[in-house]
Amino acid sequence: MVRILGFLVGLGFVGVAAWSLLWGAIAYISEPPAETVEHRFHEHPRDISFSFDGPFGRYNAQQLQRGFQVYKEVCAACHGLHYVAFRDLHDLGYSEAEVRAIADQWQIQVPSINPDTGEPAARNAIPADRFPNPYANETAARAANNNALPPDLSLIVKAREGGAPYMASLLTGYQDPPGNLPAENRPGTGLHYNPYFANLNIAMPPPITADGQVTYADGTQATREQMAEDVSAFLAWAAEPKADQRKNMGIVVVLFLLIATILGRMAYKNVWYGPKREDEAVQAAE
Amino acid sequence: MAAVEHSEGLAPAAEAEGVRRRDFINVAAVSFAGVGGAALLYPLINQMNPSADVLALAQIDVDLSQIQPGQAIKTIFRKQPLFVRNLTPQEMQAANAVPISELRDPQTLAERTKEGHSNWLITMGVCTHLGCVPLGAGPGENRGEFGGYFCPCHGSHYDTAARIRKGPAPTNLAVPEYEFTTDTAVRVG
Amino acid sequence: MSFPWAKHYEPKHPLMRWMDERLPLPRLAYNAVGPGYPVPRNLNSFWNFGVLAGLALVIQIVTGIVLAMHYNANADTAFASTEHIMRNVNSGWFLRYLHANGASFFFVVVYIHIFRGIYYGSYKAPREMVWMLGLVIFLLMMATAFMGYVLPWGQMSFWGAQVITGLFGAIPLVGEPIQTWLVGGFAPDQATLTRFFSLHYLLPFVIAGVVILHIWALHIPGSGNPTGVDVKSPQDTVPFHPYYTAKDGWFAGAALTVLALFVFFMPNALGHADNYIPANPLATPAHIVPEWYFWPFYAILRAFTFDFILPAKLWGVLAMFGSILLLFFLPWLDKSPVRSGSYRPTFRIFFWVWLLMLAVLFYCGGMPAEEPYVMMSQVATMYYFAFFLIILPILSMVERTLPLPTSISESVLHGKTTDAAPTGALQPAAAE
Repeated sequence: MVRILGFLVGLGFVGVAAWSLLWGAIAYISEPPAETVEHRFHEHPRDISFSFDGPFGRYNAQQLQRGFQVYKEVCAACHGLHYVAFRDLHDLGYSEAEVRAIADQWQIQVPSINPDTGEPAARNAIPADRFPNPYANETAARAANNNALPPDLSLIVKAREGGAPYMASLLTGYQDPPGNLPAENRPGTGLHYNPYFANLNIAMPPPITADGQVTYADGTQATREQMAEDVSAFLAWAAEPKADQRKNMGIVVVLFLLIATILGRMAYKNVWYGPKREDEAVQAAE
Repeated sequence: MAAVEHSEGLAPAAEAEGVRRRDFINVAAVSFAGVGGAALLYPLINQMNPSADVLALAQIDVDLSQIQPGQAIKTIFRKQPLFVRNLTPQEMQAANAVPISELRDPQTLAERTKEGHSNWLITMGVCTHLGCVPLGAGPGENRGEFGGYFCPCHGSHYDTAARIRKGPAPTNLAVPEYEFTTDTAVRVG
Repeated sequence: MSFPWAKHYEPKHPLMRWMDERLPLPRLAYNAVGPGYPVPRNLNSFWNFGVLAGLALVIQIVTGIVLAMHYNANADTAFASTEHIMRNVNSGWFLRYLHANGASFFFVVVYIHIFRGIYYGSYKAPREMVWMLGLVIFLLMMATAFMGYVLPWGQMSFWGAQVITGLFGAIPLVGEPIQTWLVGGFAPDQATLTRFFSLHYLLPFVIAGVVILHIWALHIPGSGNPTGVDVKSPQDTVPFHPYYTAKDGWFAGAALTVLALFVFFMPNALGHADNYIPANPLATPAHIVPEWYFWPFYAILRAFTFDFILPAKLWGVLAMFGSILLLFFLPWLDKSPVRSGSYRPTFRIFFWVWLLMLAVLFYCGGMPAEEPYVMMSQVATMYYFAFFLIILPILSMVERTLPLPTSISESVLHGKTTDAAPTGALQPAAAE
């Protein structure tokens, strides 16, 4: 009974799937899917290597400091870093006093309350604070940016396919639209052509415009490429501040597990030594 | 053991050697599993310790200009009450008059205040017995038998230097780290 | 129940005797996973995955309990609390990554465990109950994993909740009220998040309960084995401890090493970038897919694209649920008296094609709903249903099987390769 019912149900599903396949195939043959414009012009992130690539790669504190400088001078006016706290900057190699000074002099103040009147007020940041948002709310952010919302950058490297190389490619990827780009895909007002961006037209104006836009404290030549990579490295750290710690721990854990597994395998062979030997004895006797 | 085995000839000795080696490996494998399991306990337990944002030192600035002699205010430091009290000369005198040897937790008023600002008594408002908030900082509250603070939970009396004088509390009210940024402002933490 | 030659628990220490007379827990463990449980001696490595699944469940429950100490089931703060775990909580990143990758580990292990069951006919009498309880565990796991993925309240969480609860909307008449009831509103929101958190915390303990039933049911007939031949004599078995504890032990070490590689070196490889964007009810991610372990079922769902009497959406939902529910009837669909695929040459071919088609479904489920992926998943879906509902019942009536070894011990002594691996060249132990 189960088998007869099953057979009928099976025929039903197979039949309907075949029906769908038939119509799908007819549609596919009569109107082969055309390649989309996005697909044709979109480019994959350039192959940029970072110091923190791979299991043995680690962040370069010097680079992170440079990247932080780029963030501070170029990005911070529009983009928040809301899940990162000033105290986290210790990871970049800043001292206690430096972190305190960075927080105190941060260009955006932390919202607070006037203790006498209860009116909204603002105060300087302290290391325990997270980076204050540049805009009070989404509406304010959109109003100031031609209705585009500058995303928070705390997690941006993990929130985009391609990670840090994608960021660096995007930042240096602004260019004039190619001549054969269809009119409807050309950047409208307030948009900028960038083949690394998913739909080719990004609302963010080119942030890194000229060599030497930032004067690095450590004397590194601030080329556009250098600034793009440094800030991408900084944002990678901001998205995953524990990555170095994680990989260090991982190497110890994996080595430990490998030794434990080998020992376990040897112990397993020992335990099975008796039965195996008996089998061999029986086989030999025959 | 070993001598006996040797006297019995090579084959059994080699066999026994093999058994010992195998036992060793088995013990080592089980030990590794045990150590691994125990090591995994560390993050599971440590996660309950204060997280980095809690540990990040919170600082507060307190404005002293509005506090008259004899008055006290209650404010919040690290999610706990903080008492700031402007002592009158009489209260300071009373605190200095107490022989140190009679105290349960011997400290002078000078040790509990900053030099040049010995009228400013800044302490945590957490009773050292079981953590209640003592009375005495708010206007009209019971200041206890010694004119300082009084904890109603289990009857601890603190004097005008917030030292324990009577009741179950073991130590004086704690003095947090602070510094005077101006004559009328302190930064706690 | 056990075989008559099973070792008996005899407490030696007076304390253990005292305990045994009052609460015989040591006796229970001794008979369940100790020397008192005789197990076929010819089990291959595919039999390690049951214990491994138990280990995975323990990892998930333990890490989940500690994560719940920091997580905040509030639509406004859930995402931030997840980041708080990643950045501020001591070892928080480790616990979260272990929990997230542990879920994938659990599914890999359980999938292999299920394939083992299908290839070696583990579902057949007298183990139908073991099989069905296992399927209940699998369904509970899917519900738990789905609700867990919603908790971080990222973009994929939100839209996953929206789409999966939308499946129920396909049911005629009552569908939409059911969907609204499930979500507690017209779109996933606070009510959804709180109830999913509650159930996500509860269901693993239900799973643990069903696991106990699963093991209990297994201990009635005892474990199967790669030949599918019943245990006949003491020579066929070894005690579970120390023989299989040792084997499971080293194998668990190897499996955990693989898990550790993911947790420490590519913790986000199995996740989606979009879930690091906070939930936004106004913008759907461009390419929305569930976690990898749901891909085959997602491909089946999307394979039905044309109305035929019923709307295509309903066909998709029916097929998706049907693809799992039909497994409950497997013991009665496949009536072949030979359990192990090693002795069923024709079955074996169809089985490997089925596995290949499942791989196609896995692949297509993770791809966008475009051609040629839809057509590929339609072909694979047809085979999936045909394999269980049409091929297996017919095959079990007409198939010519290979001669079975007379006993397990005989296969161990004379047919070394039969228990090596399911693909191994066959050395049927001809009756001598």
